[in-house]
Amino acid sequence: MKNPYMPKKYTIIDIQHQTDIDYTFRVACDIKPKNGQFVEVSIPKIGEAPISISDFGDGYIDMTIRRVGKVTNYLHGLKPGDAMYLRGPYGNGFSLEQYKNKHLVIAAGGTGLAPVKSIINYFHRNPEEIQKLDLLIGFKSPKDILFREEIEEWMKNKKFHVTVTVDKGDESWTGNVGLITQFVPKIDIPDEDNLEVIIVGPPLMMKFTGLEFLQRKIKEEQIWVSFERKMSCGIGKCGHCKIDETYVCLEGPVFHYTKAKQLID
Amino acid sequence: MALRLSREAFNHALKDLSKEYKIYAPIRLKEIGRFSETDVVRYGEISMVEEIVTDEKSHFSPKEILFPITQTLFYFTEEEYKEPKEDGKKIIIFLRPCDINGVKRLDQIFLQNGKDKDIYYECLREKVKFFMMECVEGFESCFCVSMDANKTENYAAAIRFGEELLLEVKDDGLMNIFQGLGKETNFTPEFIEENRVKVCLPDVNKITLELFEHEMWKEYSQRCIACGRCNFVCSTCSCWTMQDIFYDENKNNGERRRVWAGCHVDGFTDMAGGHGFRKNYGDRMRFKTMHKINDFKKRNGYHMCVGCGRCDDICPEYISFSNCINKVTKIVGEERKS
Repeated sequence: MKNPYMPKKYTIIDIQHQTDIDYTFRVACDIKPKNGQFVEVSIPKIGEAPISISDFGDGYIDMTIRRVGKVTNYLHGLKPGDAMYLRGPYGNGFSLEQYKNKHLVIAAGGTGLAPVKSIINYFHRNPEEIQKLDLLIGFKSPKDILFREEIEEWMKNKKFHVTVTVDKGDESWTGNVGLITQFVPKIDIPDEDNLEVIIVGPPLMMKFTGLEFLQRKIKEEQIWVSFERKMSCGIGKCGHCKIDETYVCLEGPVFHYTKAKQLID
Repeated sequence: MALRLSREAFNHALKDLSKEYKIYAPIRLKEIGRFSETDVVRYGEISMVEEIVTDEKSHFSPKEILFPITQTLFYFTEEEYKEPKEDGKKIIIFLRPCDINGVKRLDQIFLQNGKDKDIYYECLREKVKFFMMECVEGFESCFCVSMDANKTENYAAAIRFGEELLLEVKDDGLMNIFQGLGKETNFTPEFIEENRVKVCLPDVNKITLELFEHEMWKEYSQRCIACGRCNFVCSTCSCWTMQDIFYDENKNNGERRRVWAGCHVDGFTDMAGGHGFRKNYGDRMRFKTMHKINDFKKRNGYHMCVGCGRCDDICPEYISFSNCINKVTKIVGEERKS
């Protein structure tokens, strides 16, 4: 019998420090995820944690992991060449086809950028497949900014319009200050019907950003979100992520706004 | 096959069965109850019919046999994941119809929900045969009839307790054990047709977000103390949490276990970093209630709650779940019986 809780052993091939507490781990593996799916990272004797896949390519996946708990503290002590145990991928993920040849807006708050980064990079590499991509990226402060180098690359893309903002600046910060919601009214939307919106971030950020888009007469059917919940299994057994009759690990973490607004924890 | 047989003869059969089966039934554990000099009735292994408590509802359900309170999923030696060895013995459980229906709900989650089967549950489940204890009277807090969980055909054998025992054996493998031990008779078990407690079930199509925010839940914010006893005694609560440990004497070795978790208990939704949901205890009561009589049905076609009433029996704050269901129904309207 196949044991769905048995992880597989892989090797870490690279670790990039994004901030003091966010590291991106590149793991050599045969997992071929969809954008926005997640894996359970498994550390023997420490525990497991659901982690979204921030990017992937031939023979590898990336996970951007913040040091916030037992498992992630341990992970931050690992080095390239060390083993990492994974099981998955889990969840529905985003459907890229939905966004191709359209005007896409992605609003991401903090680590919420991780699960959508692979979508951004896909359209960055294949700009002919998108009409226009507006990125609204928010962080708490300049030192919390993730994927700096990639953001700079994205800014050079003619199809992209990138806005980075921080809740609170510092002496050297000359960029935008303010919540993502403040920048929603400024997006140039030539054709409302041709728009798709993805919002990922903390619960309150997603709620109020969604409301801003509704204010701009964007239909609920055009908005997508991705949820983060406690999960022990990732396969619909442990019950932690259930909201009403929906299991975030099975039917999510990506939801249509029409569905997401019905999901009351 | 149905038999009338003496207790001695039945005990003889149990002895025979114990070579191949672990036999579980509700038993009395003396003086370990909540109050001094009170007993606890819960599931344990038996060797004689006299050990079975037949005149009281077990405080814990039999779910702990199939879904243990703590269950090792892996042993770790250094970095190796090793699955625990299987116990080869098959299992017999003496239980009432409501609890057999409770196991059906556990099957739904562990074997049907999502595309993966939980192999740890499946491995135990495949070994189990039910000896259904006939239940025609019920107990004070039972409402199995309202929940449509008072009857079942899913048993290997059914038993009526008395001076002598009446036994219906449906399972072919058990026939030869009981053959010749008693007099053949006509016996099929009866089921309870009416409980003292009755609930009206809500029309799940009328449960909207307004109910989620209804002031009825405020009462539970005041009364519930989030102890989770209702979750743990419930025959259908199936939630659990992964827990890794290492051994004190050898930190390189350890285990990954699953342990029961409850949606009423602090930390159930807490993620690393501290963010969690349903801080308010009334919200937790709403969440559990909706799972038992709303969302499970929307997903699987039948209600999760089987009306065993153990949650009402155990609650230290005397919260009544049957009352809570009735309150919901009063607000949204009754479901139409098909």
